[in-house]
Amino acid sequence: MQIKETPKQYDVIIVGSGAGGGMATKILAEAGLKVAVVEAGPYFDPKDPKQKTQLKWPYESPRRGASSVRPFGDFDSAYGGWEIPGEPYTQKPGTQFDWFRSHMLGGRTNHWGRISLRFGPRDFKRKDSDGLGDNWPIGYEDVKPYYDKVDKLIGVFGTKENLPNEPDGFFLPPPKPRLHELYYMKGAKKVGVPVIPARLSMLTKRINEDRGICFYCGQCSRACGVYADFSAGTCLIFPAMKSGGQIDLFVNSVVREVTTDSQGKATGVIYISKEDKKEYALQGKMVVLAASACSSARILLNSKSPVHPQGLGNNSGIVGKYLHDSTGTSRSAFIPGLINRKTYNEDGVGGMHVYTPWWLDNKKLDFPRGYHIEVWGGMGMPSYGFGFNVSEMNKHVGGTVGGYGNKLREDVKKFYGSTMGVSGRGESIALESNYCEIDPNVVDEFGIPVLRFNYQWTDHERLQAKHMHETFESVIDAMGGVALGEKPGEDKDYGLLNPGRIIHEVGTTRMGNDPAKSVVNKFQQLHDANNVFIVDAGPFVSQADKNPTWTILALSWRTSEYIIDELKKQNI
Amino acid sequence: MDRRETIKSLFVTSLAGGLVLQSCAPDKVDSVEVVPADKTNVYGRTPEEAKRDKDLFSEIYFTEHEIETIAVLSDIILPSNDSYGSATDAAVPDFVEFMSKDLPYHQLPLRGGIMWLDSQSNKLYNSEFVKCTHEQQISLVDRIAYPLDAKPEMAAGVKFFSLMRNLTLTGYYTTEMGIKDLGYKGNQPNVWDGVPDDVLKEHNLEYDPEWIPKFVDQSKRDVQAQWDDDGNLIS
Repeated sequence: MQIKETPKQYDVIIVGSGAGGGMATKILAEAGLKVAVVEAGPYFDPKDPKQKTQLKWPYESPRRGASSVRPFGDFDSAYGGWEIPGEPYTQKPGTQFDWFRSHMLGGRTNHWGRISLRFGPRDFKRKDSDGLGDNWPIGYEDVKPYYDKVDKLIGVFGTKENLPNEPDGFFLPPPKPRLHELYYMKGAKKVGVPVIPARLSMLTKRINEDRGICFYCGQCSRACGVYADFSAGTCLIFPAMKSGGQIDLFVNSVVREVTTDSQGKATGVIYISKEDKKEYALQGKMVVLAASACSSARILLNSKSPVHPQGLGNNSGIVGKYLHDSTGTSRSAFIPGLINRKTYNEDGVGGMHVYTPWWLDNKKLDFPRGYHIEVWGGMGMPSYGFGFNVSEMNKHVGGTVGGYGNKLREDVKKFYGSTMGVSGRGESIALESNYCEIDPNVVDEFGIPVLRFNYQWTDHERLQAKHMHETFESVIDAMGGVALGEKPGEDKDYGLLNPGRIIHEVGTTRMGNDPAKSVVNKFQQLHDANNVFIVDAGPFVSQADKNPTWTILALSWRTSEYIIDELKKQNI
Repeated sequence: MDRRETIKSLFVTSLAGGLVLQSCAPDKVDSVEVVPADKTNVYGRTPEEAKRDKDLFSEIYFTEHEIETIAVLSDIILPSNDSYGSATDAAVPDFVEFMSKDLPYHQLPLRGGIMWLDSQSNKLYNSEFVKCTHEQQISLVDRIAYPLDAKPEMAAGVKFFSLMRNLTLTGYYTTEMGIKDLGYKGNQPNVWDGVPDDVLKEHNLEYDPEWIPKFVDQSKRDVQAQWDDDGNLIS
């Protein structure tokens, strides 16, 4: 097969355009580097009427927003999902990792929950407290300056709380809680569970002239047409292009491998164009991988050469190992105090206005790591599923279950906005035995060998999920609510969702000082090839009970500055 | 005549001995415009998604008899009232037809459920369900509409009616008319400044006075954010 070569030589080729790739694009392009961004999906701008879903009504979709096509519904801005036709992945027998991919400019940042939490000082050094996993080779003090810069560049609302492991930042002011959130606060207070304003990356206040201000439609998962929430395309890549950065964007381009020379240094990438199904080679002095923890691991493992027989960066055999996701389980509740509500617009921002950060000491508990609690509910816009089994709530208030006609119409109004829910999101332990690897027998439609997953939860995670449900019931009870459904027992792993389901894949190319036990150094530079960097969540040593995006952004900025320094010193 | 009008006219003619269509009050919202099949790509579809929609619209799953039964049932579930139209006014049968192709797991329970209903109706009244009088239809529906009271031998019918009730409610309340009926006020630019005072009072709640200064001052939302070195907002 003939590989088409582009004569242009880039200073850096960035694979992937999500949080990590977007940040690297901005910092490196603004430093004057010639940048190629290679993205597997199409161009995406949430302002483009052809792609926009924000402010659409359910009746504009024939399925009323059902999740038959997009896993989070028709209006969610993620092109892809748990399964992508033509691009399979496989599982080792007896395990189940659910892998969510979004192939589009900006990647998963277009639809994410915008929960923007800093890791705390303890989160980088967990082994010191419980002996499990490993410490990071860096600490909070190394990342803090970059968290500060990310806060100011991108914007996050929140409040100074002076909590020991929930560092404060440069916050925009948060919105007031909604009614069900006030109920949650009241209930939580009664049982000693703290609640603080949420920390989400939406602009409750102007941050610059390029981006709009939140107008409270509650639809951040649809990506914001005035750029008032953080997406990597709208907030990093577009501004970098606008300010004159030398950026060539290659969309619908699936990177197969990083090419290397006889010394083992990267020379560029080979990608397959989805448009003509041909192979193309790009030449670059450096390669920055930001394709997602698992996709970047896959590219490395598929980049075999005489110098890198186990795959690029894999002399240690660690690439793909220590894969971990946040834990997650949820419970919904009916709140009799919220029946027959007066209706008003409470869309708010696209997410919770308050949350519970981890508040207990694991030394006094039977599981090693913490979790935070997210809150949801309210009088939302109806979509597919609205009204399902609505009259069943009557059994909690002495009404008649079932029926039709005017009685049913009254039920719908009576119970509108009376249910809410809580979700726990916790830290799992990174294990070498949880991994992704290349499945030798299966290729995708581009002929690229696919990933095979092997992942098992342990009692560390199961017992944490058990504790989550105990907390949920005590708070719901204190709210005067009725927990719906059954509390999941041991037979159901206490409701613990499959690994992958929280879409916080991290750890596959972890950082460390010892090249035998890690893939990248503390600047996210491959031990085995010094002109290859990884800026997605692959280098995470541990996950924290925090969402990873803010840390991806801060670390990508830090790595980008390191790259610029090293270039100045002519070390790369 | 397009298929939707066919459904509507079938429905009206089938009502001889049954429901009487109420006359409309002047301010009554009694029908909806549903986006026609060839203009569905108005909600940000990728080319593959647009093609899928088009393909589903080109298929027909339910027979005319089945769609007629769905129409009668959906209007028993949500008849019109003084202010709003009925399920068929909200084009619920079209929605059920689409969903049966979009989520094919609905097909068998709906088709089989309609057959079950006709079998019961034949036993009781020697007539298919849609050809029964309204009183006969209601009498049969009453046996399957209340899951906690229904007889065990009605279990299949209870399941079918619950599915029809769910699809009818979703189909109705996701239309412009249904949303107005429900009272949902959002999906438009606005400035959230907390729960209205009268609602707080009604629920015996208030914003913690210590928290009040932390919240966004909406009068300064357009003032560019600035902080001191300690991260305190000063603008």
